[in-house]
Order: sequence, then C-alpha cells, then structure tokens
Amino acid sequence: MIFNEQHELIRKLARDFAKNELTSDVLDKIEETDIFPAELLKKMGKAGFFGIKIPQELGGSGSDHRGYAIVMEEIARESAVASLYVSSPNSLGGGPLLLSGTAEQLEKYLKPVVTGEKILAFALTEPGAGSDAGGMTTTAVEDGDCYVLNGRKTFITMAPFSDYAVVYAKTDMSRGTKGITAFIIDMKMDGVSCGKPEHKMGLIGCATSDIILENVRVSKADMLGELNQGFTNAMKTLDVGRIGVAAQSIGVAQAALDASIQYAKDRKQFGRRIADFQGISFMIADMATKLQAAKHLVYDAAYKKDTNQNATTAASMAKYFASEICNEICAKAVQIHGGYGYMKDYRVERLYRDCRVFTIYEGTSQVQQIVIAGQLLKK
Amino acid sequence: MKILVCVKQVPDTNEVKIDPVKGTLIREGVPSILNPDDANALEAALAIKDTEPNVTVSVLTMGPPQASEMLRECLAMGADDAYLLSDRAFGGADTWSTSNTLAAGIRKIGDLDIIFAGRQAIDGDTAQVGSQTAQRLDVPVVTYVQDIELQGDKVIVQRQMEDGYELIEVATPCLLTAVKELNEPRYMSISNIVNACKKEITVWGHEDINLSPENCGLKASPTQVFRSFTPASKGKGEMLNGTVKEMSTSLISKLKGLHVI
Amino acid sequence: MAVKIVAEKCKGCSKCIDSCPFSAIVMENKIAVIGDACTGCGVCVDECPFDAIEKTDETVKKDLSDYKGVWVFAEQREGQIMPVVIELLGEARKLAAEIGTEVSAVLCGENVDSMTDELFAFGADQVYFADHPELKNYRTDAYTKVIKEAIEKFKPEIVLLGATHIGRDLGPCLAVKCDTGLTADCTKLEIDPEDKKIRQTRPAFGGNLMATIICPNHRPQMSTVRPGVMDKAEHVPGRKGKAIKLDVSFEDNEIRTKIIKMVKETGELASLIDAEFIISGGMGLGNPDGFELLKNLAEKLGGTIASSRACVDAGWIDHSYQVGQTGTTVKPKIYFACGISGAIQHLAGMQSSDYIIAINKNENAPIFEVADYGIVGDLYEVIPTILEELNRSS
Repeated sequence: MIFNEQHELIRKLARDFAKNELTSDVLDKIEETDIFPAELLKKMGKAGFFGIKIPQELGGSGSDHRGYAIVMEEIARESAVASLYVSSPNSLGGGPLLLSGTAEQLEKYLKPVVTGEKILAFALTEPGAGSDAGGMTTTAVEDGDCYVLNGRKTFITMAPFSDYAVVYAKTDMSRGTKGITAFIIDMKMDGVSCGKPEHKMGLIGCATSDIILENVRVSKADMLGELNQGFTNAMKTLDVGRIGVAAQSIGVAQAALDASIQYAKDRKQFGRRIADFQGISFMIADMATKLQAAKHLVYDAAYKKDTNQNATTAASMAKYFASEICNEICAKAVQIHGGYGYMKDYRVERLYRDCRVFTIYEGTSQVQQIVIAGQLLKK
Repeated sequence: MKILVCVKQVPDTNEVKIDPVKGTLIREGVPSILNPDDANALEAALAIKDTEPNVTVSVLTMGPPQASEMLRECLAMGADDAYLLSDRAFGGADTWSTSNTLAAGIRKIGDLDIIFAGRQAIDGDTAQVGSQTAQRLDVPVVTYVQDIELQGDKVIVQRQMEDGYELIEVATPCLLTAVKELNEPRYMSISNIVNACKKEITVWGHEDINLSPENCGLKASPTQVFRSFTPASKGKGEMLNGTVKEMSTSLISKLKGLHVI
Repeated sequence: MAVKIVAEKCKGCSKCIDSCPFSAIVMENKIAVIGDACTGCGVCVDECPFDAIEKTDETVKKDLSDYKGVWVFAEQREGQIMPVVIELLGEARKLAAEIGTEVSAVLCGENVDSMTDELFAFGADQVYFADHPELKNYRTDAYTKVIKEAIEKFKPEIVLLGATHIGRDLGPCLAVKCDTGLTADCTKLEIDPEDKKIRQTRPAFGGNLMATIICPNHRPQMSTVRPGVMDKAEHVPGRKGKAIKLDVSFEDNEIRTKIIKMVKETGELASLIDAEFIISGGMGLGNPDGFELLKNLAEKLGGTIASSRACVDAGWIDHSYQVGQTGTTVKPKIYFACGISGAIQHLAGMQSSDYIIAINKNENAPIFEVADYGIVGDLYEVIPTILEELNRSS
C-alpha cells in the first residue's frame, strides 16, 4: 500500500479544507482582484500546509512527500493558485534551507516560513538563464564579512510580497555550475527591488516579478550551504519541486474531469444527454484513464522519496507525464463544454489557463526528457 | 482539568439518497463522519485547552471497530486520548441503552470536570443520549449550549431557546450538550494527524466497564423498531409554462381559485 | 425485537445487504449474517425474496396493567401555555378514545391555577399541577424531580411532551429516571388496535427513513412530538375537569442550575409555526440581501420569511428561521420555496404544507417533486412579477 492511515487523514483534511474554504465566491474574488486573501493563508498555515514534510522540531508537521503530494493534489483540485502557496514553503522556499541551512538559519528563516508568518521566494531563473541555470550572470563578490550581489532574477513567484528570498549567484565566473552559491536575502535590504508584477495567463492571485539586486551586501552568515555548492542545492530542491507540480497537475486534471462528467450528464443536445454520444463518452474514458496513470506515477515518485530510493527519474517522469496529460485533459474538458467552456462563467476556462504553465515551470517537459534520458543513457 | 467529549460516527445523511425506483436508501458511497454537533462539542473542549493550563481532552464513543477512524480524526483535531466502547453486546442500542453504556465507560475513565456531547446525532436526531448519560452519572446537565464561559469551578453557559437564550450557571462536574452556534470546529492539522497516528486508542468491551450483556445493546433497550419505511412522496404537481408574466398570472389565478389567497 | 437469518432459506442473493439502512448485513459463505450495527428495524425482512429473514421477539412480558391514562406535559413559559400543548391535547384525546382511557395534563410553574381552566377547556380530564416558586421557569432538575414523582405515583401509560427545547431536555431525563423508553420528535402516533400499545412514527436518517417505534415492556410509553404536526384540540370554554395538586419540596442544592437571565432575541418563531404564508429562501438567492425581496412578498401576503439550512449555515439568516429536519416544522396554507433545491431534510419540515409553490432555475431540482405548482425561472424575475400581479389583482 502506498498510503497509510496518516495519508488518508491528510487527504480528508485537505479535501475538507479545500471544499469549505476555496469556494467559488472566494476564488472568483481572487481572480478579479489578483489578491490572495491573507486570512486564507493564515488558515492554511494553521492546518500545517506550509511545513508538511518539515520535521516537527523545525516547526513543521513531520509528514512526508506523500502527505505533501496529497495536499497539493486536493488543494489544486479546487484552486491551482492556492496550491502554489502550499508548494512555495514546502518546496522551492523551504527546500534550499532544509537541505543546506545551519541551525541558526533554520531557526531564523525556516520556522516563520513554515508557520506562514513569512514568505520566502526562490530566485534562480534569470532573463537569459532559464533551463540553462548555469548560464546565470548574477554575481556575488566577497567584501570583508559580506558578499555584494548584483544582477536580475526573473519570473520569481511571490517576489513582490516576499519577506526573504534564496538567491543563487555566481561566486566564481570561471567554473560554470560549479561556481554558484546560494544566499538568503531580506527583501527589505538596501539595493533589493522588484520589477512590476507580470501579467500572467493563469494562476491569478500570486504575483510574479523580477528581483533586481544592486550592490546588495549580504552577510556571510546568510550564505546558504557551502561556497560554490549552490547549483547542487538548487537541483535537489527542484527534484522535490517536480513532485509538487506533478501533484498540482493531477489535482487540476481531476477537477477538469469532474466538471466534464457533470456537464456531459446535464447538457442535452438532440434530445439526449451529450454523455450518451460516443464522441463525448470516449473522450471522458480517455481522460480518466490517463489521469489514473498519472496519479500512479506521482504517488510512486513520492513513495520513492519517502523510502530513500533514488527518485530523480520517477519525479521527472511524474512531472513530465502529469503536466502534459493535465493540459490534454483540460483542453478536452473545454471541448466537452463547447462554447460554454470558452466562457469565464465555467470553471474549465480557468483550469485550462492555470494548467498551461505546469509543463513549463520548475523544468519544462523537454528538460524532464533530458533528465529521464540522461538517467537511462548515462555511461 | 479533565474534559471528556462524547462523540459518534454517523453516516453523512446529507449524502444519503433514495433510490427513486425501489424507494430504498442508497448507502453506497455515503461517507461516515464525525457527527456535526459532536464536532462543536469537541471544539468547545479544545478551545478550553487552548486557553487554560493543564487541560486534557479525551474523546469517547460507542460503536463498531471502524469508529476508531473517527476517533483518530478527533485526535488529529487536538484531543489527547481516545476511548472506544466496542462489543457485539452493545449493538442495536436505543438511547436508554447507549447512555447506560457510555455512563459505564465514563465512570471507568473517572474524575472529569466537564463532559461535552453534541446536542443530537444526524442519523437519529433524538437529542437524548447527552441528557440521559448525565442522569445516570448524576451530574447536572445543560442542553443546547451556544456559549460557554469558565469561572473557577463554575461554568456560565448560554442555553439556546427557540426565541433567544437563557444564561445559566452550573457547577462542575457537569455535562453540556453543544449546538452548532457554539463555535466553528477547527480543522485537523497535519502535525496533529502525524501524532494521532502514533497514539493508541483504548478499546473496552462490556466486561472492561463492568456491564453484563443483558444491560447492553438491543437486549436492554426499552424501545424497539417496529418497522421502517421510506416516506411517501407527496407527488409532483403542475409545472407552469410560458413567460414569467404568464406563469405568475396563472399562479395567482389558480391560488385564487383554490381560495387560499 | 431482533432479526435473524434462517440459514436454510438464504440463497445468498445480497438483496438484504443493499436494503439495510445501517450496513449491518454481510455475506459469509454465501449466507447473510446480521452484524452489530443491526437495530432490528426489519427493512430486510420485507426485502428478502425467500422469507429467509425473520423477526424474533425474545423479550419477557411484564405486568404493565397498573399504568393507565394519557398524559400531556403542559409546558408553560411565563405563564403562557405553549401552542404545542394544545396540539398534544388534541392528539392525546384521540389516543385516549382508542384505548378507552382519560387525558391528563401535568403542569409545573408558579401561580398556575389560572392555566388549569385553559387545559380543561382544551380537553384535559385531569390536571396534575405543581405550584412552587422554584418551578416558575423550566429547570431540568426541578421539573424532572416533580414529574418523575408524579409518574411513579399516578402511573400513566403514555406521556407526551412537545419536542421543544424544553420538552427535548426534560423527556430524556424523565425516561431514565422512570426507567423507560422515549421516542423523540414523533410525527405520527397510533394505537395498535389489538394490544392498545402506542406506535410512534418518526423521521430518522435526516428524514430519509421513517421508523415506527414501540415500547412494549416498559411504562410509561413516552414520546416527544414535533410542534406544528398534530391538529389542535378543540376549545370548549367552561369545560371542567379535576385539578390535582402535586406535593413539591426541594432540598438545598437539589436544583443544580441557576438561571441568571433570560434573553429574547427574535419574535419570529411563533409566527413561523403559526404563519399561513411562508416565503422561504435557499442558496438560490445568491446572497443574504435576497431575503429582502422575500420579505416584500411575505408582507404583501401577511406571512413571514423562512430559510433552508444552507442559508443558515452560510450565516445569511438566523437559525430561528430555519425550516426542516433540524429546524422548525411548518404547515402553512402556502409555502413558497424560492431557490431551494429541496433536500430531503428540508422537505421533512414543510411537506405537509397545504400548497407548495417552488421557484427554481434548475428544472431538475427535487423541490419540484413535491410542489403543487412549479415555476422554472429566476426568482429575481418571478417574485417581482408575482408581486405586481398581486398588486394589480387586489
């Protein structure tokens, strides 16, 4: 059995929470205002959604990757953007700290992030360095007991309202990926600014912008991990992140499937339910089957992580497959809804936009293919 | 301070549907849940634990072995320990019999300051077991509690009435039954779930609580179900047609014709 | 009463498993086995195509012949007899006639003399009354003690209480003290023509199932009865009966609760039960302001507004407006269900209205199954139009 009693209860909690709190009124308001209510974040923090697999000693909940994947799935099933807020502290935000943080750093930065008091962003991507993280140009130059950071990070989720950010910068320009170091910065520090929030296609309610670093003096105490070890930290973080995006994908896909089934039963054309037409019913059969396959990949990757097996391939496969079929399922869901599916009044319209980024962020599908192929074909 | 909360696992009657052809209940896929009023009772206990020092909150239920799932949920909301009264002999109990068994379990747990229960369970809607348990334990009871304030060894509660409330003072130990207006039950939390799964649930049968089988379950129940049936539907009337104006005119003239307006 | 499987007759068809409301039956070696969850309700007995399930009556008969008469708890608040008492007296009269016995009321309060005449006028043959300052307002311990002693002394065979917040508090305590059964929230009472025992029918499972309950071997047989369900007793001014005073004394600390104050919050409840026209709103209103529209119609007809549980849960309206299984049972002349889908729990509280008019956008809403007249449409268009029509035609 992949899941135990703990996981079943976590699913129940996440499902109940999502159904009660992420109501269409709340979600429509988020979509309209582009603001995610602070009250809701507080409730999510109280339920323990921000530190699911972080040990209890560090203020977390002490569950595991399966628990994390379940929460992501069930929250994303009602709201993809809400799941982004779950993923951040558990994965890209908390991940680098958990991997490399000192006791002081964990106490100072991780604990408030886990309780939801503070938000921490993950700043790796640059305008000229997306999939090729090694091509980054942000620099960190040693100066006394500080490093001085200069550069520009782009598409940083939650940057405009973050308290802290983990920033990756070149400490040795000559060594490529082996010359990258991670730093924790306070977003209020001199020289730190944010670009204007991007106008995104979906995931409305979670501002994304550039972070601009101009002579930012970061104390050596806030260097995360060892010098020139930042790339490994980032890659390991993304490894977990992939399971999160994969779980988001199956959650959103489930919502699209549920909506399609309901609509196919309710909608009548030519005097019959459209569900009675094979053109529709076979589409639904296809969607359900692929979703089920994706779920198994996601749960398997999480299980491998929890049992200390090598999960790199499994996580990439899960992210690759789940995000792709999620896009396919959402597209079909819009198709089944016909003209109504194109209207914002129907839920599938939002699902379709929200899921588009799943095959892109935290490693595109093509990067996942590189990872999977690389694991299979390495000498 | 020791607080006990009596809870019950019930089918979610909101999810129960009637088979339109056979007229029978469709039970398939109906989830078992913590009875809603009992969740309010548990929340009241946990709220006291949040604010007062040295409070332990225990939960108690009578039910089949699978009721432990619900007890686990109560632990995951923040209860400290859980007791399950489970025995074939307890089966088929009416409220007389249920309260007798619960009271025996409570006596064995002993030394309680406040006992909470939900006003009523949604599968039976009787609202009897709380009061009856209090009678058997010889502690004062206040039902329909919608607000609680602790004052030393006294409790000041609002007892909901149809048209307002009564402010009532009662000394501990006492039993209070909660209505949904009392509070908003909390969610479980993931860390409590993780800890709850490590806890043992105490399971007691009739011998553990010193009850003979004759005094339990169906055998000890004064009331018996003579028969059960699904309520007859009133039957569909007339659907009005036409524009909103036509339907409204037609409705008014029909009602006038029937001399009801 | 319990249920047993006749193993030789069981063919293992599983029909009983599907029919069991309590999921108490399992199949073992292709033979049905009754489990712990069985309440002896007997649904499976009728369902079995092979007569392989039987009811067994294994309880011992006790001598119950000392118990005679039908009692009604004459609940009073601030010196006023509650309306449900008059309904109970009406019902008690019918039951007593079938058994061939008398109707009594039992009344607790302070200075209650004036109320006894009213109870006689509504059909009580006797009134047992307890007059004491401590009984002025209902308190569980005080009322339980007085009425328990009266029951032990005078031995009624049936005791009826209104299923009010007071009756539902008192009933369970009395039942334990008198060591008998109590059936809550009854909607129908009948006398078994053969053994003259009472059959009490009540909704269970949120109104999805009706159960008829008997209390064969304990006395008195006790029921609480939903207000608004039974027909009121006829008022015969000047009708006389026998008033019997109960001895009352309390020891110190015997009454363990103290009422600090009584607070009235809404005056709506009485009007909900007595209203001839109820305009009830559900989630289809879309927002709490929708009740304002309903109020306009209610005022026009001289009725009141009400609500489904969902709106109460959403915090749109006070719970005292709630109609249904866990709210108030109503039977007005006309019940307008506006934007109410018609969950069974709601239907349980309004189905016996004289006329039900449903207005809902969804043509498949279950409310239309019970409506006398159904209008598929937007209530925000339909209700103003109805108002216009009413204004025009009056």
